[in-house]
Amino acid sequence: MLLKLEDVVLNYGKIEALHGISLEVAEGEVVALIGANGAGKTSTMRAISGVRGLHSGTITFNGEDVTKLRADQRMRKGLCLTPEGRGVFPGMTVTENLDMGAYTRRDKSGIAEDFERVFGLFPRLLERKKQIAGTMSGGEQQMLAIGRSLMSRPKLLLLDEPSMGLAPMLIQQIFSIIGEIAEQGTTILVVEQNAKQALSRADRAYVLETGQIVKTGSGTALLDDPSVREAYLGVA
Amino acid sequence: MDFNALIDGLGGHTLDGLTRGSIYALVALGYTMVYGVLRLINFAHSEVFMVGTWTVLGVYTVLGADSESAMPMVIFATLTALVAAALASASVALAVERIAYRPLRKKNAPPLIFLITAIGCSLVLVEIFGHVLKVFFGAPFGRAPVNVPSPIQTHTLLTIGDVRITNVQVFIILGAVLMMVALDLFVNRSRLGRGVRAVAQDPDTAALMGVNQDRVIMLVFILGGAMAGVAGLLFTINFDITKFDIGFIIGIKAFTAAVLGGIGNLRGALVGGLLLGIVEVYASAVFSSNWADVTAFIVLVLVLMFRPTGLLGESLGKARA
Repeated sequence: MLLKLEDVVLNYGKIEALHGISLEVAEGEVVALIGANGAGKTSTMRAISGVRGLHSGTITFNGEDVTKLRADQRMRKGLCLTPEGRGVFPGMTVTENLDMGAYTRRDKSGIAEDFERVFGLFPRLLERKKQIAGTMSGGEQQMLAIGRSLMSRPKLLLLDEPSMGLAPMLIQQIFSIIGEIAEQGTTILVVEQNAKQALSRADRAYVLETGQIVKTGSGTALLDDPSVREAYLGVA
Repeated sequence: MDFNALIDGLGGHTLDGLTRGSIYALVALGYTMVYGVLRLINFAHSEVFMVGTWTVLGVYTVLGADSESAMPMVIFATLTALVAAALASASVALAVERIAYRPLRKKNAPPLIFLITAIGCSLVLVEIFGHVLKVFFGAPFGRAPVNVPSPIQTHTLLTIGDVRITNVQVFIILGAVLMMVALDLFVNRSRLGRGVRAVAQDPDTAALMGVNQDRVIMLVFILGGAMAGVAGLLFTINFDITKFDIGFIIGIKAFTAAVLGGIGNLRGALVGGLLLGIVEVYASAVFSSNWADVTAFIVLVLVLMFRPTGLLGESLGKARA
């Protein structure tokens, strides 16, 4: 297993946000984590990335216990989170933002290759190379945030709500790019409110409700599951 | 009021103002950088500057450099004082961060606690020089002003119209501007500098990109401290004096300069410092030197009334070429 969470409990002050979450991601998989607002999706991502410390439980990444490591240390191990919403550095240009993704890397030629790769996936970013990120549209910022994560050549790419606040057309586009990234061999754990898109792209998925995993299965199985359809896909 | 005095000596006053202002600007950088990454006004920064001025005195004393020294010695003593003051001030700044601020950060202390701690650090450092060191080493430590005679002899470099430009003025202004250009290049062009800006803009996301926040914070204290140390040298060259509480008024002025230019903005610190220096010298000429500080603060209030974020107004993170 590339990533393994065991009984992860996370608190905000006295409020428990995650009540013992266990989940796994194998190498090469695309795994989706779906759930309603406030179910604990973002908290799970913060716990995995290390932005927030755990109350209890363990997180193993690539065979190593990373529970006690800081976010920047986990990132160096190959775990990269694209945060929810506008996670770009607003005062930096597109190029500088992408450079930040490669902050921990020293291999100049590899970085140049990855610039090519990211610009290949997101031609829009190439057009806007010199633009200050804070002045771009929401969709462009999301592309930039994903591209920036790719610049670190992550072993596991964590995507937190990549479709949030985007027009339907753009959501389609972002998800097809996510599919492309997966095909190129990056393991992905994606958190989504847009369950339909996420489930149709995912090998496996977990359903999160009020801080607990209530269901798991293959993406297609969950798409056909009546209770999932009712709760998350808006079909009775 | 004597506007003729100002107009007659306008060139000279402006040059004086720029000289003074570049010292303020160098000190202001420390306030602005720390504020940029921590949203904290580091009131101990004034004492970081003060330590720089005493270090200069120490270097001159050890090397036996004075106004009688020959040229090679003057250059050697000044450069040694520059490096030593920068190192000493940077060490003090770093010590304050490690001993006082970092433990508070780990406990997520509220901003007021940081503020009180900063003021406390400032008082402790002042009393070390005003009292503790005197107990162990005697004079020159203590509460009396101390002469710091620069080995550099002031002479006129060139005269434009009736404005005499001295070597000391050129040295101070050029020195300060060079330091600031170097810092600006570092922050805007280098990888580490990008890390500093990333933490200033969004600390969590910076950590997600692999930036070690504690290291960036240490770097910021070291750089700001070194700038204050250099300012300490330039100050003693211009005013030939130091005192245990010399940091207080310079610190307030530099802080004002930082706010005037837009706190968190490196170039704002330069603009704010130079402007403040010029306003002060003009006010001394028109009214009297007693009015210099009053006028400086009136300008601050006026600017903030119309531009609450300061003249250049962006954060360290957003400041760009």
